[in-house]
Amino acid sequence: MEFIVIIISAIFVNNVVLAQFLGICPFLGVSKKVSTAVGMTGAVTFVMILATIVTYLIQKYILDAFGIGFMQTISFILVIASLVQLVEIMLKKVSPPLYQALGVFLPLITTNCAILGVAIMTIQKDYNLLEAVVFSGASAIGFGLALVLFAGLREHLDLVDLPKGMKGAPAALVVAGLLAMAFMGFSGIV
Amino acid sequence: MTNKENFLKGFFRENAVFTLLLGMCPALGVTSSAINGLGMGLATTFVLIMSNVFISIFSSFIPDKVKIPSFIVIIAAFVTMVDLIMAGYAPALHEQLGVFIPLIVVNCLVLGRAEAFASKNQIFPSIIDGVSMGLGFSMALTMLGAVRELFGAGKMFGITIFSENYGMLIFVLAPGAFIALGYLIAFINKLRKA
Repeated sequence: MEFIVIIISAIFVNNVVLAQFLGICPFLGVSKKVSTAVGMTGAVTFVMILATIVTYLIQKYILDAFGIGFMQTISFILVIASLVQLVEIMLKKVSPPLYQALGVFLPLITTNCAILGVAIMTIQKDYNLLEAVVFSGASAIGFGLALVLFAGLREHLDLVDLPKGMKGAPAALVVAGLLAMAFMGFSGIV
Repeated sequence: MTNKENFLKGFFRENAVFTLLLGMCPALGVTSSAINGLGMGLATTFVLIMSNVFISIFSSFIPDKVKIPSFIVIIAAFVTMVDLIMAGYAPALHEQLGVFIPLIVVNCLVLGRAEAFASKNQIFPSIIDGVSMGLGFSMALTMLGAVRELFGAGKMFGITIFSENYGMLIFVLAPGAFIALGYLIAFINKLRKA
């Protein structure tokens, strides 16, 4: 039951992109086509779960154990940056087709604040390891859902005749606002 | 580029939020009031100036292969400082900004300026670049915060302009952030072309 609450809350109610404003850069950057949005979602899911597990273990067994909690920001970002590199190298060797599909998105992920944000929130919410995995996975699905929905909307947006100043980013932001409004309808479920 | 041009670019021509669309997460996430926007902007400005200074000094010693990771470590060090200073001296603001303070590390604006400007320039122009970009970012966040606070709660910097009953709550909530920023950028685009 607890897990269901975590999952629904992370995907719909507290959606990373539309309610918490994490990962806006890829949300606006790679959402022009549904296919690239799906690829980005795959890469983010993979790295987010892995990063959350690793940072959780670092927090518990290194930072807490030695009382150096103030090193959190530095150590987490370093771990995430090197993890992304590692995943990239390993995918290239182990599974070339998967690397083909996700490869271009991997370098972009280091500066995706959703990864670091979810890692830090997991610590703040005091989850245990299993809850942390479920939370990060659900957050990644929430990110993907918002991204794919938004990409679908944007494909149609290209065909609309807009005033000059509204073209591009402004129109996309207003549409994102409407999408966020739709997601607000979920609040109150949990 | 003269010093004056270098200083002025961050406010309008190369404004981080309105033109370059960098640092959007904090721009949307913390601007539910003008004060929060200003606080976040100034914290980012501090990190930006300090990291620009240090990166312009050290960039000639850093090998190309580990350039980005070492930049990130330098930035993270200053972010940790801001985090601790704010927790000590402005606990209320620190509470409000929450997770977005450590997230200054992954603000594309800071890393972007480090890579594009500070690593290629001397200390003095890098300081000016940091001040200019940082204050431009603060200005954008404060403007967005003021618009949202005014329409949402009828206040400006905490001072009541009209009764809260006439405010549109949606502007303080998440969707309002996207919509207000969208129209603000459209407005700036219009000004630029005119």
